Amino acid sequence: MALASVLQSESVDFSNYGRQRHGFASGLYEAELGLESVGGDRLSFALSTSCSNGDGPDRKIEFLHGTTTLAFKFQHGVIVAVDSRATAGSYIASQTVKKVIEINPYLLGTMAGGAADCSFWERLLARQCRVYELRNKERISVAAASKLLANMVYQYKGMGLSMGTMVCGWDKTGPGLYYVDSEGNRVCGDLFAVGSGSMYAYGIVDSGLKQKDLTVEEACDLGRRAIYQATYRDAYSGGQVNLYHVHSEGWTRVSQSDVLMLHQQYQAEKA
Amino acid sequence: IYDRAITVFSPDGHLFQVEYAQEAVKKGSTAVGIRGKDIVVLGVEKKSVAKLQEERTVRKICALDDHVCMAFAGLTADARIVINRARVECQSHRLTVEDPVTVEYITRHIATLKQRYTQSNGRRPFGISALIVGFDSDGTPRLYQTDPSGTYHAWKANAIGRSAKTVREFLEKNYTEESIATDNEAIKLAIKALLEVVQSGGKNIELAVIRRNQSLKLLESKEIETLVTEIEKEKEEEAEKKKQKKST
Repeated sequence: MALASVLQSESVDFSNYGRQRHGFASGLYEAELGLESVGGDRLSFALSTSCSNGDGPDRKIEFLHGTTTLAFKFQHGVIVAVDSRATAGSYIASQTVKKVIEINPYLLGTMAGGAADCSFWERLLARQCRVYELRNKERISVAAASKLLANMVYQYKGMGLSMGTMVCGWDKTGPGLYYVDSEGNRVCGDLFAVGSGSMYAYGIVDSGLKQKDLTVEEACDLGRRAIYQATYRDAYSGGQVNLYHVHSEGWTRVSQSDVLMLHQQYQAEKA
Repeated sequence: IYDRAITVFSPDGHLFQVEYAQEAVKKGSTAVGIRGKDIVVLGVEKKSVAKLQEERTVRKICALDDHVCMAFAGLTADARIVINRARVECQSHRLTVEDPVTVEYITRHIATLKQRYTQSNGRRPFGISALIVGFDSDGTPRLYQTDPSGTYHAWKANAIGRSAKTVREFLEKNYTEESIATDNEAIKLAIKALLEVVQSGGKNIELAVIRRNQSLKLLESKEIETLVTEIEKEKEEEAEKKKQKKST
């Protein structure tokens, strides 16, 4: 119902959202009671999602988001760094997943949680952003884009969507970074790390960001190092580090480095 | 009854309901809008109020948001609906986009709303034309006009309602870079334009201005009277100069 409404919003009056929510209050409870338990072998960045059946609206779904993604703002824009491992339980399903979604030439979204949920909703966001551009003859702001995404998934709150994404971009107010998730959180910030390896990544970035003025090189190195350290200790992160830099002209794909190569490199530097 | 369209094409391609709506607009009291450099001005002809009626309830200039306002000509009741929807949309936009509307956006919204009513079951078009003025967040002043068919255009100065043609011709002659050089000059131009068609001067004029980064201000009748007197003095001075030129 909500999806149909999002797809149909020909008159993207943002006033559509208000109207739809009313029809939803009743539909929500029906959906919750009918929810089946999620199978453990669904390919996703989440660990086996063991959720108990029909506990009613109080049930909590634990999504552990086996991944490490991070993004931080600095003087010259936003650095986005992600790993590329996908796990299904303890099985490594893939080491070469693209966890950065290119929404448009100046907006990036990261993936954590359910792969299908992230890529589907971010593609839908790309469509909405493009329509906004055509209607208003100017690029959509990062704030508005993240809000569109947040409002879209909020209509499905409680129905089992799993998505933790960072919307990164550059608009007329400068660099923009928002964390949006399927719980309905939408937070603006200078630094976010999402996933099971996020704590390790925070450690590296927090210590590296002490000096105020990082050059682009230094910032990229910091992001790369943070993801590497996370993959070193977190079993559910690994593969390659994909690094992007968002600046005033849009985003640039800086590098793709295999974590094992980085390991050799850092070891050599230690010696 | 509700599944028959009221607005249908005539054999020669006209939408008569829309044209009749435009006739209704032509019967409404005149409104004029002027886009200055740092100010936008809206003026309307105030219909004389009955003795027992409270003046305040007959407001034809309405704020849609802090930085946008509109005046209309035509069916007051229809205007109330349009204004309400526009006000809600201004806030909705602030909520979802975290930015105030641009004047063009809200004009487009109103125009789309009006067009929808020319292509709906059992509904007639809105019988109003609107003049929408304001400043975008980048500081550019804007003036737009919409009409019952749902089209909208940007203008430097325009008039709608009764005698709109006369007023527009006056504006075409008198809207120059000089005449809108200062805020005061722009306001006086609006008053002058209305004086062309309004009986008995300042008492029947309602005036509102928006300055950049400020909210809508309705001018008090005292201020309007002062300006009208200034204008009349200037007219006399002009007439004197011409006489002197002729005599020498």
